[in-house]
Amino acid sequence: MKILTQWLRAYLPGLTVSDAQLAEDLTLRGIAVEGIFALGSGNGSLYEMDITTNRVDAMNHYGVAREAATIYGLPLPELHYPLPAAKPAAQAFSVRIEAEGACGRFTARVLRDVTIAESRDWFPGAEVATYFALLEQKKISNAVDATNFAWLAIGQPTHAFDLDKIEGGLIVRLARKGERLKTLDGVEHVLDPEDLIVADHARPLALAGVMGGWDTMITLSTKNVLVEAAWFDPMAVRRTARRHGLHTDASHRFERGADFNAAPIASALVSKILLANGGWIEGDLVDVRVPAVEARTTQRNPIPLKLREVQRILGATIDTEGIHAATVQTVLEGLGCKLATQHEEHAAWLATLPSWRLDLEREVDLIEEVARVYGYNRFANTLPAFGEGVKTLEWAESEAAVRRTLLALGLHEAIGSTFCSAADAALTAPQPGQVVPLGNPLSEEAGVLRPSLVPGMLAMIAGNLHRGVSDVRLFEMGTVFSGTTEKVEERPALVIGAAGNLPETGPLHPARALDFHDLKDMVEQILERFQTRAIYFDRFPIESGLMPQWLHPYRAARVVADGVTVGWFGQLHPREAVARKFEDPVFVGELYLDRFYKLPLRKPIARELSRFQPVRRDFSLILNENIAWETVDRALAALQVSELVEWRVREIFRDARLGQGEYSLLLGVTFQASDRTLSDAELQSFQAQVVEAVGKVGARLRT
Amino acid sequence: MTNDSIPDLTAFDDESLNQAFAALEQQAREAAAKINSEEDVEAFKLVWLGRKQGRLTEVSARWLKAAPAAAKKALGVRFNALKAAVEELLESAAGTGPSDAALKAEAIDITLPGTRRLLGAEHLITRTTNEIVSVFAALGYSVGVGPQVETDYYNFESMNFPPGHPARDTQDTLVIASQERRPLRDRLLLRTHTSPVQMRTMESQPPPVRIVIPGRVHRNEADDATHSSTFYQVEGLCVDTHITFSDLKGTLDHAMRALFGSSVKTRFFPSFFPFTEPSADVQISCIFCGGKGCRKCKQSGWIELLGCGMVDPAVFAFAAERQPAYDPKKISGFAFGMGVERIAMMKYGISEIGQFYSGDMRFLSQFV
Repeated sequence: MKILTQWLRAYLPGLTVSDAQLAEDLTLRGIAVEGIFALGSGNGSLYEMDITTNRVDAMNHYGVAREAATIYGLPLPELHYPLPAAKPAAQAFSVRIEAEGACGRFTARVLRDVTIAESRDWFPGAEVATYFALLEQKKISNAVDATNFAWLAIGQPTHAFDLDKIEGGLIVRLARKGERLKTLDGVEHVLDPEDLIVADHARPLALAGVMGGWDTMITLSTKNVLVEAAWFDPMAVRRTARRHGLHTDASHRFERGADFNAAPIASALVSKILLANGGWIEGDLVDVRVPAVEARTTQRNPIPLKLREVQRILGATIDTEGIHAATVQTVLEGLGCKLATQHEEHAAWLATLPSWRLDLEREVDLIEEVARVYGYNRFANTLPAFGEGVKTLEWAESEAAVRRTLLALGLHEAIGSTFCSAADAALTAPQPGQVVPLGNPLSEEAGVLRPSLVPGMLAMIAGNLHRGVSDVRLFEMGTVFSGTTEKVEERPALVIGAAGNLPETGPLHPARALDFHDLKDMVEQILERFQTRAIYFDRFPIESGLMPQWLHPYRAARVVADGVTVGWFGQLHPREAVARKFEDPVFVGELYLDRFYKLPLRKPIARELSRFQPVRRDFSLILNENIAWETVDRALAALQVSELVEWRVREIFRDARLGQGEYSLLLGVTFQASDRTLSDAELQSFQAQVVEAVGKVGARLRT
Repeated sequence: MTNDSIPDLTAFDDESLNQAFAALEQQAREAAAKINSEEDVEAFKLVWLGRKQGRLTEVSARWLKAAPAAAKKALGVRFNALKAAVEELLESAAGTGPSDAALKAEAIDITLPGTRRLLGAEHLITRTTNEIVSVFAALGYSVGVGPQVETDYYNFESMNFPPGHPARDTQDTLVIASQERRPLRDRLLLRTHTSPVQMRTMESQPPPVRIVIPGRVHRNEADDATHSSTFYQVEGLCVDTHITFSDLKGTLDHAMRALFGSSVKTRFFPSFFPFTEPSADVQISCIFCGGKGCRKCKQSGWIELLGCGMVDPAVFAFAAERQPAYDPKKISGFAFGMGVERIAMMKYGISEIGQFYSGDMRFLSQFV
C-alpha cells in the first residue's frame, strides 16, 4: 500500500525528522517502507509499504502516524469530525442484524439533498483531490471518493448506498439459497446460505464487507445517501469473498480484523465530506451493536504484564540496562494500551488493549510490542550456555560413506523431482501398486510421489543427452515414497545413472563406452563400505515376471546382501530407451539405502603382509557359454587353500577356433605363503588342485 | 680415455706423492666426464679398476712396491683415497642411464592436457546444508530430521497456524489425494517447512533442546528464477531455561559470520510468523559490496536471509500435551529457519534456482 508523508505529517505536526529517517525508523520497527519516492517540492514523499498481515491497523495513514508518534514520543491527536446538527427523522432508519455471529456493529446515517459531484479538497483534513492525485487514486465521485478517503485515512471500510433504492430498511443476514446479487463490478452472483449480505426488505443489496451492489450504487442522479460503517466478522467475510473470488480493500481489512470503534468516526468523516457539497443529516446515527462481539473486541479483559517476564524473554540490551519499566509504559501507552499498575514494587501492570489491535491477546504479544518499538537492534548479542552433547543422525556416517564413495567414483550428485507421472511410477515402483497420488498436483507429469528415484534419474539423463552432453555420470540420494494415501512410508534410496564414454579418454587413450560392469563396480564399491557376510548378484527368468520392468532382462542384476535384496541395476530396457529417444545404452541402478543403513560400516583391520615372494600363474580355460564366472569363482573358493591368495579373470575372449557355444577365459592366480617361500613341489600341487577344481565345474585347459 | 701407462715414481716425499696422485685423480675425472653410454661406463671400469691391467692395479704394483718402507703408509692412504674417488666416479657415471639421444627419441608433448578422470562434485545443496549444520553443531546443536509427508497437525496446527490461514489452502500447499473425509488434523500433505520437526522433537524429549533440522520441503508454487515448488530449509530450535531474544540475536550473528566471513554484520527487523513471537527477519550486510550498495543488494547494502523468533507460547502448549516440561512460564526458546538455495545461490553466484534440480552435468561439474 501507499502512504503520503504529507498526510502523515498532517496528523503529527510535531514530526521533525526527514522522510528518509522516518522511513528507516518505521522499517526497523516492522512497519516496512520498501520504497521512497520524492513527489516534488512541498509534496513530501510517497512510501511503498510492505506491512505484515497481522498489522492491518497500520495499513492506513492514521495507523502509520500512530507508530511514528510512539517511536518519537509525540502526541497523536484523536480523530474527531464534528457534524452539523441533524434534523429529526419522522422515523429512525431501520437496521437489523440477523446474523449476530457475523456482524458485530452496523451504523447507518441518512444524508439528504446531497449533490454528487467531482471531488475537491473540501476542508483541512479532507484534501481528497490533492492526496488522490499524489497517490494516483482514481477519482469517481465525491461520495465514492469519500469512502475511499476514509479507508486510506483510518482503514475503516464504509459504503454509500443510494437511499432511494433501498426498500424499507437494512438487514444484515445470511443469504438464502438461490438469491441473486449484481455487484458494483457488474458481475451477477448466485448466493449461498453461507454468504453474509446486507439486504433491504426485498432483496440482497451488497456482499457484506466485500462489495456493494449495482442497484443501490451512487449515480449522478443520487439525491439521498445512506452511509454504512460496520464491523463484520473476519471468517464470515473471508468465506464470502472466497466463494465469489473477490478480494477487495474492504475484505482485506475485515478478514484481518477491523476496529470495532472506528465505524462512527469513519461514518462522520464520510458524511462531513459529502455534506461539504451541500445537504443535511436526517436523524441520529443508527448504531446497532452486538454485545457478544463488543465483548471480544473493544471490551476485552485487560491482560496482566510483568516487567520480569519482559526481561525473561527479551534478555540483554546493548546499554546493559535491560528493558526498564518506563520503556514498557511509554511504548504500550503510545500504541494505545492503558496500563494500570498492579504492584508498584514488582513492576506489574494490567493492560487494557486498544480496539484496533485485535492481534494483541496475550502477555507475549505485548512483550513483542515492547521489543519492536524499543528496536531489535538495540538488544545485545549474547550466546546461550551449552546444553548437552551433540547427537548426529544414526545413519549420518553411513550416508557420508556412500556419498564419499560415489564422488570418488567420479559421479556428480544431482537432485531430481519429488514427483513423477503415474506411468513412470507404475514402471519403477519396487512395491507394485504402492503409489501415492497428490490431491492437487503441479501437473499430470508430476501427479504422484516418486516410488523410485529411477524416473527422476531418467529425466535428468534425458536432459543432458538432449542438451548434447553425451557422457553422463550422476547419482541422487533421496527419499522415495510408498504406502497408501492413508499412510505414506518414506525411505532413503540411491540411484546411479550413467551413459556415454568413460571419462579417461582423450587424445592419447581410445574412448571406451561405459558398460554394465562399470556400473557393477560402482555397486560393489558401495557394498564394500559395509560389513556383510555374503553378497551375490542374480537375475530372474524373464517369464517369472520378477524382473523390474525398467531393466534389460538379460543385462541387469539384483543385489543381495546377507540374504536381503538391496537393489537392482543394469542397462535400461531398450523399450524404455526408445521411448525416451536414447540412442545409446543407458545404465541405471537403484539401491535401497534403508537396507544398507541397517548394516554396520566396514571397519578396516590391517593384516600382516607376507615378506615372501608371490608366484603368479595363468590358466587358459575353455568353458561352455552357460558356465558363468561365478561357478569357477566358487569352485576356487571352495578349495580352501590358504596359499591361494588371489584369483581373477584376466581376459575373456571368443573366437571361431573354439567349439560351438564355448568361450575362453584367462584365469590369473597368485600363490603366496605368509611364512615361507613356496617350493616347486608345493606349487605343482596347488596348480593341479586348481585345474581339478575348475575341471569339476566344466572348464578344461586350453592346449 | 687416457691409456698412458703409469709413470714411474722417483720421489716419495709428501709433496711428490700429492702431485702424483692429484694428477691421476685428474685423469680419472676427465675420463669420467666423457662417459656417454653404458659401453663407456664398462670401458672406464676396465681401464681404472680392472683386476689385471687396471690403472689402480698398476699403481699398486709399481708404486707401492717401489716405495721405501717409511713412505708406504703415506702412499697407502693416498691410494685408498684415489680408489674411493674413482669408485665414486664410476658409481655416478653408471647412474647416467640411457644416452641423451635415446631419451630424446622418447620425447612427448607435455602441453597436451592431462588425462582427465572425473571427480564427483557434491551437490551445492548438500554442501551448503552441511556447512550450515556444522556451524550449529559447533554451537552444540544436534541434527534432527522428519518426514516430508506430514499431517496438518504437525505442519500447521501445532505451529499455531489458525484454521483459516492462507498457507493451509491447497493453493499454497501440495496435499496427498483422498484426504477430504479425514479429520483436518490428520490430513496428509507435503510439509511446507521443516518446522514440524520442532514439534516432533519436543514431543520426543523434554528440554533442553538444541537442534538443527535440514530438509526438503514443498509448496504449490509455479517455478521461476527464484522460486521452486521443491526447496531445502535448515531450521533451528533452542529451548531451555533462560533463553532470550538477545541469545537469538547473538546465535544468528555468530552463525552468519561463521558462514559468510567475520566482517559480516547482521540486522534484525520485526516480522510475523505464527509460531514465533517476537518474530524477526534477519538481514546481513551485503557480501558482494560489503554494505556500500550494489546491484545484488538493490543498493541497500543489506540482504535478507532468514526468519526467526522466540518460540510462541502456543507452540509450547502443543508440545506440553505430550511433554509437560514445556511450560512457557518456566522455559523459553528460539527458532530460526533459512533457505538453503538462497544461501547457495548467493555464495556461488547462481541466478536460476531450477539449475539445482536439472541434473545438468555442465552445471554440476563446476563445483568439484
